[in-house]
Amino acid sequence: MPKEEIGTVASLLPGEKANILKVSGKVCLRRRLLDMGVLPGSIIQMIRHAPLGDPIEVKIKGYHLSLRKSEACHITVKRLK
Amino acid sequence: MSRIRLSDAKPNAELMLYKILGGMGMERRLTEMGLLPGEKIKRIDSPNNGPVVLFVKGAKIAIGRGMADKIIVEECTQKKIIKVALAGNPNSGKTSVFNNLTGARQHVGNYPGVTVEKKEGIAYCDDYTIKITDLPGTYSLTAYSLDEVVTRNFIIHEKPDLIVDIVDASNLERNLYLFTQLMEFGIPLALAFNMSDIAQSAGQQTDDNAMSELLGVSIVHTVGNKNKGTKALLDVMVKTYRERADKKNISVNYGREIEEEISKIIALLSHERDLIMEYPPRWLTVKLLEDDKYIVDSIKTKQGTDEITKQIESSRAHIKTIFADDAETVFADKRYGFINGILHETTKQNKDPRLQISDNIDQIVANRILGIPIFLGIMWFMFKAIFYLSEKPMQWIECAQGLIGSSISGLLPEGSLIQGLIVDGVIGGVGSVLVFVPVIFLLFFFISILEDSGYMARIAFIVDKFMHKIGLHGRSFIPMLLGFGCNVPAIMATRVIESRKDRITTILINPFMSCGARLPVYTLLIGAFFSERISGNILFSLYILGFLMAVFMAKVFRKFIFTGESAPFVMELPPYRMPTLNGLIIHMWERGWLYIKKAGTVIMLGCIIIWSLSALPLSSGGDLTKSYIGKIGKAIEPTVRPLGFDWKIGTALVAGVVAKEIVVGTLGVLYGTDENADESSSGLREALRKDTYPDGRPVFTPLIAYVFMVFVLLYIPCLSTAAVIRKETGSWGWMFFSIGYSTVLAWVTSFVIYQGGRLVGL
Repeated sequence: MPKEEIGTVASLLPGEKANILKVSGKVCLRRRLLDMGVLPGSIIQMIRHAPLGDPIEVKIKGYHLSLRKSEACHITVKRLK
Repeated sequence: MSRIRLSDAKPNAELMLYKILGGMGMERRLTEMGLLPGEKIKRIDSPNNGPVVLFVKGAKIAIGRGMADKIIVEECTQKKIIKVALAGNPNSGKTSVFNNLTGARQHVGNYPGVTVEKKEGIAYCDDYTIKITDLPGTYSLTAYSLDEVVTRNFIIHEKPDLIVDIVDASNLERNLYLFTQLMEFGIPLALAFNMSDIAQSAGQQTDDNAMSELLGVSIVHTVGNKNKGTKALLDVMVKTYRERADKKNISVNYGREIEEEISKIIALLSHERDLIMEYPPRWLTVKLLEDDKYIVDSIKTKQGTDEITKQIESSRAHIKTIFADDAETVFADKRYGFINGILHETTKQNKDPRLQISDNIDQIVANRILGIPIFLGIMWFMFKAIFYLSEKPMQWIECAQGLIGSSISGLLPEGSLIQGLIVDGVIGGVGSVLVFVPVIFLLFFFISILEDSGYMARIAFIVDKFMHKIGLHGRSFIPMLLGFGCNVPAIMATRVIESRKDRITTILINPFMSCGARLPVYTLLIGAFFSERISGNILFSLYILGFLMAVFMAKVFRKFIFTGESAPFVMELPPYRMPTLNGLIIHMWERGWLYIKKAGTVIMLGCIIIWSLSALPLSSGGDLTKSYIGKIGKAIEPTVRPLGFDWKIGTALVAGVVAKEIVVGTLGVLYGTDENADESSSGLREALRKDTYPDGRPVFTPLIAYVFMVFVLLYIPCLSTAAVIRKETGSWGWMFFSIGYSTVLAWVTSFVIYQGGRLVGL
C-alpha cells in the first residue's frame, strides 16, 4: 500500500526525509520550533525514536533536535522520495 | 594615557604633572610653588588669553602661557571601561570562551529578581578594562523562556557597549539566527566563530571579509577548548568599541511590504518618548509585530497608545493576507532567508565530521535496545567510581579532623564549656559534613563530564518518556540523580529546566532523593538491628521508597497545583565533544564550593545551637534529660509516640532538622556512649539495642528502627536545603510548604508502616 505523501513528522520512519509544509500548535510551541529552524520549506529528516518510543530525534538545518511525538504531530510535512 | 603640554590642556581637566622642560631655574621656581612631577593639578582658567590658572594642593597658582608650554602633563582620564555582553546559543562553547577571556577574574551572581545565573568577569586589553557579562545561552529572544527574557532585559536595561555573539562555526545557519535578532538592538556587535578548527577541518571555507562586510561586524575565529583566538577577540572588542561611531547599523531587511509596516509603526512610536527611551525602536516594532506578550502588555498599560495598538493589529492582518502565514512565521522565515543568502555568498559548507562521528556514537548509545542498558551501565559505573575513589580521601579528612580536635582540645581548659563547644560542637559538627566533600566533588566531576560531553542531553532524551509520565521533563532527571549526593546542589541544578511549573515540582520532590547525609543514619541503624544478610536490601528499600514518594508527589502536584500542559520538550542534541579538564574543574569547583560554604555557615551555626541546647542550662550538669534539648524531646514525645518513638528519638529528630547526619551525633550524646559517636561505633549500636523502657520493653525493635529511618528519609529537608529552596523559588511560601508537607508525609508514612507492621506481628 503506498504511503500517504502528506503526514506529520511523527509519522515518518527513521531515515525518511520530508519537506515541512506547516507548523501549527500553541504559540509557545510554534515559536520555539520556528526559532529552532523548524520552518515551512525546510527539510527535516527522521533519525530515530528514543528507546522508550518517545521522544523522537530529527535532523534539521544540519543539527539534531529532539521533540516529543505530541509536539511532532503539529509539524505537517510532505514526504520526499 | 596621553601626555600633552599644559597650555593645550582643557579647562577643568584633571591632570598629573609629568615633566618640566624648562631649565633648572624654571624647575626650581615651579617646585617652590608645589609643582612637582607626579602632583595632581587641575586647570581652572578660562580658555581665553591670559595666564594659566592652576589648582594645586588646595591653592590657586597663575603661571604665564610660555611657561605652561614647557610643562608636560598627563591627562588623568578615568580608566576606560568597556561593558561587553557575551551572547550565543547553548552548546556554542560560550562558557569556555568566557573562561579564557576572564581566567579567574570572574564571579557568579544572579540576575535581579530571578534565579538565572549571572557570570561576570574582567579582562584587560590596551588601556581598557573590559567588563564581560556571560549572558545565558539562548537560541532566540522571545518572551517564552526565562533565559531569553533575562538576556534581552540585560541588553535593554544595562545597555552594554557592545555584544559579542559566539557562534558554533560548524553550524552557522541556526547559530546566526540569534545574531539577526541582536542586530535589531542597534548596539555595536562582533562575531566570534568558535570551534572554528572543527569547521575548518571539515573543509568549510568562509570568506570572512565578505561576510564581515555583509553583516557589518568584525569576525574573529576562536577555539574555546584550546584557548585560541582569545587575544584576537579582545582586540576586536576594543576595535569595535573605538569605531562604534562610524559603524552603520545593518539589520535584516524584511522586504518591502513588512518594512513599510515597520516604518508606519516607528513613526507612531516616535511620539512615545518614554517608550523610545526604554527600547530601541526597531526592536520594539518587530517585537510588537511578532505579538511578543511581554512587550505588547507593556504598551497596552501605557496611556494613549490605542492608535499604536490599532496599527499593529492592522499591520499583522496585512502581513497575514500577503504571506498567507502569521507574522511570527514570516519573521522567522525572513531571518533564516537573510542568513541563507549570506551563507550562500560567503561559505562553502561541507558535512561536519563531528556530526558523522556523533551519529555513529548515537547509533549505539541512543539505540532502541542498547540505549537503556548503556545508560544504566554508565550510571552504575559513575556511582561505583565515586564511592571507590572517595574512600581514601574521606579517611584522611576524618583523621585530620581527629588530629585538629585533639590538639585544640589540649589547648583549652579540660572539661570546660568552651572546650565542649569548640571540639564537640564546632569541629565535630562541621567535620561530619566536610567528610562528604570528596563524594560531592567527585559527583560533580562526573556530572560535568556528562554535561560537557553532550551525553546529558541524551539522558534527557532516553528518560523523557518516563519523566513525562510522572508529569516532569527529561531534564528533571539530573537534579533527581544529583539529589542522591546532596539536595542543595541538586536543587540548584534545576536551573536547566525552563518551565517554572516543572522546575518547582522538581524542587519540591527533590528532598525525597535520599542524600549522602542520611546514609550515616541508615548505616548506624541497619548495623544495629538488621543482619548483614539483609542489610543491603533494607538500604535499597529506603532509596526506592524515597524515589517512589518523589514520583507520587510529582503526580499529585501536577494534578492539583501545577495543572495544565507541560512546556515543550524541543531540545537540541549537540554533537558529542571531548570535555576539557580545565572546564571540568571549573564546573566541579563552582558547585562543590557551595557545599563547603554550607558546612562552614549554616551547619556550623546549627551545631553550635544544638550543642548549646544539650549543654544548657548549666544546672543540668551534663545530664541530657535535664537539658533544653531533652526538654524539647520530651515535649514532642506525644506526637511521635504513635510512630513507636521515645523522647530520645524525638530529640534526635529535632536536632536533625539542621542536617540529617546530626541525628547520629545526637543519639551518641543522648546515650552518652562516647563523645565522638559515629555510625560505625559499636558502643552506640550496643547501647541502642540494650535500651529499654522502665517496664522492660525494648525502645528499639527492627520495626521501630526501620520506621525511624523512613521518618529521617522523608521529614523536613535540612536547613541548607530549605534555604536553597527559598532562594531558588524566590519565595518563603514554597519553603514553608516544602517543610510542612514533607513532615506530614513523613508522619503519615511512618504511622502506616509502624501500625501496619505491628498488625502483622513485626
